[in-house]
Amino acid sequence: MTRRWLPNTAAALAALVTVFPIYWMVLSALKPTGEIESSRPRPWTWHPTLEHFRHALGVSGFGRYFLNSAVVALCVVALSALIAFLAAVALTKFRFRFRTTILVLFLIAQMVPVEALTIPLFFEMRDLGRVVPGVGLNTLVSLVLVQLAFSLPFAIWMLRGFVAAVPDELEEAALIDGASRGTVLWRILFPLVAPGLAATSVFSFITAWNDFIFAKTFIISATQNQTLPAALLVFFKPDENDWGGIMAASTLMTFPVLVFFVFVQRRLVSGLGGAVKD
Amino acid sequence: MRGGRNGHGRLMPLWLLLPTLAVLVPLFAYPLYQLGLLSTLEFGQPQVSGGVPARFLGAGNYTTLLTDGEFWTVLAQTVGFAAACVVATLAVGAALAVLLTRVDRVPRLLLSFAALAAWAAPAMTGSVVWMFLFDTNLGLVNEVLGLSGYNWLYDRDVAFLLIGAVVVWHSFPFVMVTLYAGIQAVPKPVLEAAELDGAGPWVAWRRVIVPILRPILAIVVIQSIIWDFKVFTQVYVMTGGGGIAGQNMVLNVYAYQKAFASSQYGLGSAIGVVTTAILVVVTLFYLRALRRTGEAL
Repeated sequence: MTRRWLPNTAAALAALVTVFPIYWMVLSALKPTGEIESSRPRPWTWHPTLEHFRHALGVSGFGRYFLNSAVVALCVVALSALIAFLAAVALTKFRFRFRTTILVLFLIAQMVPVEALTIPLFFEMRDLGRVVPGVGLNTLVSLVLVQLAFSLPFAIWMLRGFVAAVPDELEEAALIDGASRGTVLWRILFPLVAPGLAATSVFSFITAWNDFIFAKTFIISATQNQTLPAALLVFFKPDENDWGGIMAASTLMTFPVLVFFVFVQRRLVSGLGGAVKD
Repeated sequence: MRGGRNGHGRLMPLWLLLPTLAVLVPLFAYPLYQLGLLSTLEFGQPQVSGGVPARFLGAGNYTTLLTDGEFWTVLAQTVGFAAACVVATLAVGAALAVLLTRVDRVPRLLLSFAALAAWAAPAMTGSVVWMFLFDTNLGLVNEVLGLSGYNWLYDRDVAFLLIGAVVVWHSFPFVMVTLYAGIQAVPKPVLEAAELDGAGPWVAWRRVIVPILRPILAIVVIQSIIWDFKVFTQVYVMTGGGGIAGQNMVLNVYAYQKAFASSQYGLGSAIGVVTTAILVVVTLFYLRALRRTGEAL
């Protein structure tokens, strides 16, 4: 044990440095304004206060933005899980022409810089909004649609490993026993793949929750439909930043993702393992 | 469910893929096509307002780009910035992954949890928290270093250094966790055999572990290249849209600003096409690396 003190200390130090920005964020969110604006910042506070959270949620409307973000992310998670599950079954349990081509296309789709697609998607959403009211720019639906499209290729790619892990014999036995294909799909495969769906959902959730560029581009005039990351940017004022409020809003934004990560941390590696090597 | 004998069964995969296609064709394939189309047009504010028809320029936007010194500067900056971020991310991630294999349970859990927190933090919050830490007047870093009044975003290279630090902080956990899992998966008998043959820890690392990890390393490297080449939020937020006089532009921000700030949607699309083309080439290398891991598609 004694000769391990050096690596142990190094690891503890690395952990400290890594977690420090998060600690500083939460701490600053809890500090009274006077302490934040003091020229001698201290890494602790004796007077924690919730004033910044109250201010952010109340006056600045972050409660509404939080709800918007949650609605978008949860819709994306639910739709993406359902659609990706069906596609993953098609791509693992069946052999057909162009199967490999489709898989490669999904892989390439993951690499496309979606930021570049803001330009055509902006016009597509604008035109869509003229035809179908309630879908185009300035709506949460537009964000759900694009985030769904961007999370699907990865979700399908990742779910494939989980679907493939279900032995074919199970489905064959059910078919022989007279189960319909629908029954096999929803009563046998779906429950067995559920843990994989949970892991995949985390990634969809994070993509949707963290999205900044599309929220900023699509939600122009209807500020009540803004989501958290883009709303935080509006909070920014050069030279007179309300850092306490910004840190409180950042804490609110980080917390749900952190909870999800801790919840699935064991699956992260195995899930990535599925994407890396089966 | 394999091998349907009747026509219904043969069509089953198509039915299952239909919802995916219904989403991806209009929201992925079509915009991609539109991006290419827009990049050949003169498309500015008059066209957006709807009065003036778009004029076909052919390769005009691309010629404008290639003869523009600013584009080459941004391209070089993007490549340099991404390369530096990739190297730093891998160095930090790999070093900490090795460190994780040599520590006791408590420090390992501490570091894993800290890395998880950095990984989970949205790019937006990471950016603003680091900006606060490095704030000119109220930042902790300036206070500790006695640099009161120093603006970290004023100089181009210092600003890139700070943005790079945030990018590395966000992305090293993926490298660390993946490589740690890879090292743990190296079969113990192989390591014992190496030790019996007289290999010290360094030789075992270089001659046994690294070769076994090579496929995973390749994937981690290419994944990092793709992420760091696409960085948008950190640059956009921390430099307020590209820095003083656009000195901290990277391709993605450059394309976005050309389109949405100066209403040159055609030119912005052309930059987007260039970025996409570069990443597709990188992806082809990724595919080759994947194939070498022996993964069956």
